[in-house]
This record gives sequence, C-alpha cells and structure tokens, in this order.
Amino acid sequence: MNPKPSKPKKSASKALTGVAGFDAITGGGVPAGRTTLLVGGPGSGKTIFSLQFLVQGARHSKEPGIFVAFEETPSRLVTNLDHFGWKIGELTPKRLYFMDAQPAPDLMRSGDFDLSGMLAALGAQADQMAARRIVFDALDIVLSMLPDEATRRREVYRLHEWLLAHQLTAIITSKAGHDETSSPGLQPFGFMQFMVDCAVILNHRVTQGVSQRNIRVQKYRGSSFDENESPFVIDSEGFDVAISRGLGRPDITVTHERITSGIKRLDTMLGGGYYRAASVLITGFPGTAKTTLSGAFCEAACRRGERTIFVCFDSDGSEVMRNLSSVGIQLAKHAESGVLRMVSARTITGSAETLLVRIKSLSKAHRARCVVIDPISTLSSTGNESTAHAVAERLIDWCKSDGITLVCTSLLDETAAQQNGGTPLQVSTLADTWIHLNYLVQAGERNRGLSIIKSRGTSHSNQVRELILSDSGVTLADAYTAGGEVLMGTLRWEKESAIRTANEVAEVETKLKRLMLDAEEAELQVRLKSLQTELVAKQVEKALLIRTRASTKGETSRVKLRLRELRGADAIALRRK
Amino acid sequence: MNRPPIFRFKLYTAEDTENSALAYANILAICKEHLADRYTIEVIDVVRHPQRALTDGIRMTPTLRKLSPAPMRTIVGTLRHTERVLLALGIDVLPV
Repeated sequence: MNPKPSKPKKSASKALTGVAGFDAITGGGVPAGRTTLLVGGPGSGKTIFSLQFLVQGARHSKEPGIFVAFEETPSRLVTNLDHFGWKIGELTPKRLYFMDAQPAPDLMRSGDFDLSGMLAALGAQADQMAARRIVFDALDIVLSMLPDEATRRREVYRLHEWLLAHQLTAIITSKAGHDETSSPGLQPFGFMQFMVDCAVILNHRVTQGVSQRNIRVQKYRGSSFDENESPFVIDSEGFDVAISRGLGRPDITVTHERITSGIKRLDTMLGGGYYRAASVLITGFPGTAKTTLSGAFCEAACRRGERTIFVCFDSDGSEVMRNLSSVGIQLAKHAESGVLRMVSARTITGSAETLLVRIKSLSKAHRARCVVIDPISTLSSTGNESTAHAVAERLIDWCKSDGITLVCTSLLDETAAQQNGGTPLQVSTLADTWIHLNYLVQAGERNRGLSIIKSRGTSHSNQVRELILSDSGVTLADAYTAGGEVLMGTLRWEKESAIRTANEVAEVETKLKRLMLDAEEAELQVRLKSLQTELVAKQVEKALLIRTRASTKGETSRVKLRLRELRGADAIALRRK
Repeated sequence: MNRPPIFRFKLYTAEDTENSALAYANILAICKEHLADRYTIEVIDVVRHPQRALTDGIRMTPTLRKLSPAPMRTIVGTLRHTERVLLALGIDVLPV
C-alpha cells in the first residue's frame, strides 16, 4: 500500500560472491553486512564456495576477508584449493587472512566457556586489515564442543551480535545432518537458520551412480530470489552454478546472417543455409550419416576460418576424422592448423551438468564460433534423465547468447515410432532447425533420406531428398515421389535412366519427322518451280499464236487487194471513189 | 635439591563475563589450596588486548594455560571439575 517502507533493496546492499550463477539467482550475491548460513553435507562444496566468496572480495571488490578454519589447517586449505587458479598466496595475509581455529586435540575442557576470546582476536585482526568479509568454516565443530543447547544458542547469538557490530558480510558454514534439509528444526543447530538473513543449502546426491550437485537458496530476507534448486559443478575455476535465463535478462541480438550447412543442395533446401547462432538438430537412427552431416558443416566452418569445436561422444576424434575423410570431408588439416578442436569425450563421465560445463569451458578456451556435439543424446544417459533436458536447454541458450552456432546430432530410439520422431531429450522443440535422416528400405536396398522437419524463420523445402555419400563428397538427390511411391538408390537410377532413354527416343523421332517434312517441302518447291516454268512457256506459246494469226489475216487482205489491183477490179476502185 | 617447582599460569579472560570470573575464582582456589606460594597467575583480558589472543592462539575464553613446569597444558572452561583440573595440570595433591 505504502511503497516507501517496503522499498526493494538496491543491489548495493549485496556482496558479490564471485560464483556467477549464484549471484544471478540472488540478484547480486549474499546480503552485505549480514550473515549467510551455508548448510551442506560433507563434500558438498561449502568450503570452496565460501573461499570463492573471500577471493572475490579480496581480489575484485576491495573487501579484504578473514577465513576462520575450524576444521582444517589453513596451510592445507591453501594447498587443496591451489588448483582453482585463485592464487591465494598473492592475497594472504593482507587481503585474505586465515585464522586457525581448530581446537587443539589435547585441549581439555572443564566447565562452561565462550567464544569471546576468538571474537576479540578476530575483531583486532578485522580492524587491522579493514576486513569486510568473514567466513566461519564448519562452525558446527566448535558448537558441538559446547555442553548444551542453551549454551550453543548463546554463543551463536554472541557471534551474531559481534558480526552485526562489525558490519561484516559473513558466511557461516555448517554440516547438514542429512540430505533432506527441508525441515530446519530437525537438523543440528537449526536455530541458526532463523537468526541469519540468508540461508543456502548445498546438496550432493548420487543418482544411479552419477553425482548431481544442487544449490538452493532457502531464504533471503528482504530480497527476491530463485527458489529452485540449481545444479552446479565444481570445476577447475571453482563453483559453476547453472542458471537458465531469467525473465529480466535482455533478449539476445539476432542476426540474419546465414552460414552454409556444408552441403550446397541442403542450403538451397533451407533457403540459404542455417542462421548464425542457430541451434541445429540432426536426428536419425544409427548409421544415417548424422556425423557426416555435422562433419560437413564443421569443415565448411573451418574453411571460413571460424574456430570450431567438435565434441564426439561416440568415438575418438581421430577416428571421426578418418571416417569422414572417406566421404571427402577433410578435417585433419583444420585440426592441425588449430582452427578445429576435436574433443574425444567418450571417456568423460559424470552428470549432464558436468558435460555442459566441460563443453562450455572448452569452447571458451577455444573461442569457438561453431560447436558440434555428436551426439547430444549422451546427456541423457543413465542417471541423468531428470536433468538432461534442462542441461540441453541451457546449452542451447548459452550458445545463442554467445552467438555460437550449434549443431548437435541425436540418436533416436530404435524402438520409437518413426512418425513422431521426437528425441528422448525433447531438444527437438528447442532447436531452430531440425533435420531428420531416415532409412528407406526398398527393393533390397537401404538408402538414406533427408528431410527438414522444421527450420524456424526460413522457407524450407518440404521434399524428401536422398542423401548420397561418395568419396567425392556429400550430395543430395531428388527422390522420385511420383504416383505415391518414393524411389531411391538403384530404383531411382533405373527410373532416371529409363526416362533418359525415353527422352532420347522421342528426340530422334522428332528429328526424323522433321527431316521427312523438309524433304516433302523441298519436293513441292521443285514442283512449284517446274510448273511455273511450264506456265511461262504456255503463255509465250499463246502470244505467239495470236500474233501469228493477226499477221496472217493482214497478209491475206493485202494479198487480196493486190490481186484485185492486178486484176483491175474496177468495182473496188469505183467503190473507193 | 628436591625443591618443588613454581607453577606459572596465564588465564585468558573476556572482560568480566561470568565464565571468566568463575574460572579465575576456581584456579585461585586450587592454587591457594595446593600450591601455597609456588604459583603465579597472569590474567589477560583478551577483549582489551585482542592482539594477545591472536598471537597466543586463544580461541575460547576462559582459557588457562600452564607454562611451567613442562609439559604445557591448556584447559578451556570455568575449571569447575577440580579433580580433573588438578590431574591435567600435574599438581600433586598434598597429603592432608
């Protein structure tokens, strides 16, 4: 009602932990100047998380920190955490101070005691180094030395008061009795949950032999947070919490750039190729040339000089390269030049989450623009069924936001119906382009058919094409679909040659007919010419006839007259007068 | 020749908390009863001198540390179990 008192806290009131995913879940880290409780079973990563928080503070946030170790000696801790590349040695002791607070093994207890001494010492140390952060690692160890619940409570409150007075951002870690931490009242020192401002639970389960780690924020006073369990892995750089894109995150920038699939006719079918940063799914039964298709894409990308990573789960990278070279896809030279990185991941075991993190860090290290995963269905191997879909989702999301074009193949369950063709992972709904490869068994032949099931944002062909592999490369051919039948392979060839022959016959026939007509025409022309000549002759003859007749007539009368004159025919002469 | 040793103690306390006061009272009583004049107790208030706690590795208060005679012993708490404390500190109970 009144917005003022319940004003949302600024992110300035939060302290970044350096655990990227966690900072995203909580919108900026743990509450600054407050206490966070980190609960988890043994080996759940409490110490690593809290140390990462201190390293972040010391190195990046100008907040020196103190690590109070109740469980391990500081020197051992530093050695154990050395391989994360945090260079803790550089930070100690000015910006990161380790206090050894392990109870000595020969320590004798008699009667009640409290933590004032430690807090006094810590206070001095904190003032001296202007510490802003503090971690109490495995506080439960010292608490368990206290005789009763009331004393424990008193000491926790004492600690709480001290932390508040010093305005330190604190993380207190404590072991959880068991995995199910939903009922805080039941676990040891459950009352701490109510005292702190933020409670985070780390879970480590093993599902069918595969380790799955989860982090969950149980409460966070005065802030909204992602309440779900988020999977995480501990990799070479520390914690990596997987998060899916939040609603608040801005959309990624899309591009209209097209890149080739590596097969010319497939590009045509797709209306120009794949989109840059698209995720392409190639599904098919074993042996339908899924790897070949992704290899063609890979080679084309390498030719453009784009750094590419090829993750093969099925076989070794060198095997894949050899096999692909048999169909004219030469990857070896690109692998040698360093543009292509083949990753043989057959031996990588672990959760889907681990695989994702590995793929991510490998492609980051390689600065990859194109990623091929063959096959992605590995993610949903035993023990990962429940998480694989989310992992695949994040994989696609991550590729998109990084502008990486992803081509992944997916094996279809042989028993699945060919019609629906869905993948066990349900990646098909997430992928932008889905190409399906199929077998067509006909007349004793098994031929590969390629069809585009979907391709978002492109006008794509609806035709089934035959995929032809030869040592000169990969091509597509039109399949004959006339009259309700689809012909491929030899049958298609037969049909093609039959049609070719028919065409030739028809052509020859036409030619012959034309020649005959030409001849007839020529004959007529000749006849026309002779008739014309004859006509002229007749005309001449006729004219001659007429002229001859006229002269004959004149001559006759002249002759008659002459005869009369000669005969002296007066009558005529008289008649003339 | 067989002169009994002098016991040197350091008691780390936190201001005037109840625990610290109890511990001081208890060690004083033990010393008075069993050590006559053969003892010294240095009381260090770690709240006022936190640096001492840091350098001496004191984590909990009250802490009693026996510096001599060897071996050095450290006892945490109010020292209310007199028998155990005597045993731990190696103080022979004088025959009455």
